Amino acid sequence: MRSQAERYRSGVMPYAQMGYWDEDYDPKDTDVIAVFRISPQDGVDPIEAAAAVAGESSTATWTVVWTDRLTACENYRAKAFRVDPVPGSPGQYFSYIAYDLALFEEGSIANLTASIIGNVFGFKPLKALRLEDMRIPVAYLKTFQGPPTGIVVERERLDKFGRPLLGATTKPKLGLSSKNYGRVVYEALKGGLDFVKDDENINSQPFMHWRDRFLYCMEAVNKAAAATGEIKGHYLNVTAATMEDMYERADFAKQLGSCVVMIDLVIGYTAIQSMAKWARRNDMILHLHRAGHSTYTRQKTHGVSFRVISKWMRMAGVDHIHAGTVVGKLEGDPNIIKGIYSICRDDFTQRNLEQGVFFDQDWAGLRKVMPVASGGIHAGQMHQLLTYLGEDVILQFGGGTIGHPQGIQAGATANRVALETMIKARNEGRDIWNEGPQILAEAARWCSPLRAALDTWKDVTFNYQSTDTADFLPTATVA
Amino acid sequence: MRITQGAFSFLPDLTDAEVRAQIEYSLAQGWAIGVEYTDDPHPRNFYWEMWGNPMFDLRDPAGVMSEVLACREAHPRQYIRVSAFDSRRGFETTRLSFMVNRPGDEPGFLLKRNEVGGRQIQYTLESYATLAPEGRRYQ
Repeated sequence: MRSQAERYRSGVMPYAQMGYWDEDYDPKDTDVIAVFRISPQDGVDPIEAAAAVAGESSTATWTVVWTDRLTACENYRAKAFRVDPVPGSPGQYFSYIAYDLALFEEGSIANLTASIIGNVFGFKPLKALRLEDMRIPVAYLKTFQGPPTGIVVERERLDKFGRPLLGATTKPKLGLSSKNYGRVVYEALKGGLDFVKDDENINSQPFMHWRDRFLYCMEAVNKAAAATGEIKGHYLNVTAATMEDMYERADFAKQLGSCVVMIDLVIGYTAIQSMAKWARRNDMILHLHRAGHSTYTRQKTHGVSFRVISKWMRMAGVDHIHAGTVVGKLEGDPNIIKGIYSICRDDFTQRNLEQGVFFDQDWAGLRKVMPVASGGIHAGQMHQLLTYLGEDVILQFGGGTIGHPQGIQAGATANRVALETMIKARNEGRDIWNEGPQILAEAARWCSPLRAALDTWKDVTFNYQSTDTADFLPTATVA
Repeated sequence: MRITQGAFSFLPDLTDAEVRAQIEYSLAQGWAIGVEYTDDPHPRNFYWEMWGNPMFDLRDPAGVMSEVLACREAHPRQYIRVSAFDSRRGFETTRLSFMVNRPGDEPGFLLKRNEVGGRQIQYTLESYATLAPEGRRYQ
């Protein structure tokens, strides 16, 4: 055993020897655990690299400091306790690091992330670093409000059960005047959609001021509700430069009777948590568009995985989150997307390495987030969407509604008929994965908007290799 | 107009065989089925009249179907829906709800616009049918 005097002699010492590596450490139920994918520089020992990540994301600096000895520093040191080579990826390692609960402020995503992803991603001995997954202890989860509404209450408020919800993003996303913009909203809602959505970059530009947009959109929402007898909504994007501006816009949306407001991920974690609290106080559904996420979630070797962002957002408290489509135009490996959807919707998420989920996660009653599938999807894929994504999801067909050859109402009707017919067939016990195209064709016989949609988009697919894929393949088991 | 509440309102009205298939599916999920009716179809009228309590102990689709038919016979000119309730933890809510009867003529809703200051409008939806007292609508 080293003496304390040796341990704290001034100078530089490997992180592993400073106490940031402990292969015998048995994580406590109350520890936050993170798994990072580390790519050490050539010649750097992976265990030392893992210890460095633990050190730099908790108490360490580059040299020994005597002031550690004024503290119960063992508690505050994160401990790397396991390093595994990544299957099939030489030079990459999964390193597991445990953090004591005392390191984190209650109910603060900003504080949690300032430690876990604060300094360490630029650390020179690593070529690259990716936060793959986190286990959040129940003790810490219970300090977060979570989604202001949640899937169950949202469905009860909207009085819509047993099928995915349907939405669309108004297009073109930029340039429409408020009056023309509201026209798109009305047509799509009357045609059969439940929600229409502002796009992420619709805020308050020269061509359309936010107040004007809100007024016309609420006319559209109410007119469509009268035309159908259904509750309808439009995600009014309240994203703005300051919290004061966002509160002003959200308050106006509430005053006009909107059931939902929207924010972009780029407003930051603290602003998201503030809006979550506002939404809870004001009985508002809070929609989150994940603008900007691909800059750090898409590449496998560096950044933060979207499953971690999803966990943080469920804790921070949003009701909707864009979480991938599998079949559409945006990144999305089927297994990885399944894992992300589980994180949004489960009461208890089970470890599933094929889906990129590294830990069991007890959600401790935290309300569920409705995943949103948006980007390059159309009615002809309904059987695939339902099979991959399930029922508690919002399917958003922007181009697939507004680009319909017979008009926006017809586009919305095509989507709604395709959805209802597929749910009905599934419930009747039909094999929708294989019979899907036939089921749609049967409905298209009496529904001409659906027929036109199928004819227009029948061959549209986006078959590209995903970049964010699982590292663990299923192995055949002997029965 | 056609009120499009419920899971299958964009499809042609379900036949009895189709209704029964959805009941079978719901029972197979372990859900309890309730039959509800109303002559006030406002989208925020959450409490339709219950045709008895949800049938927690009735697992036979034919039995449930006979309740649907009895409700339809008693209230042929009202809206009737079948709702399936899931008591499992994490849900404890309705999991499927669809219409199984409608009045022949659906007059729809009046959208009232109360113009207040600053271009703002307060909207109110009113069903034309509910201008008559309860029980004397859709005659």
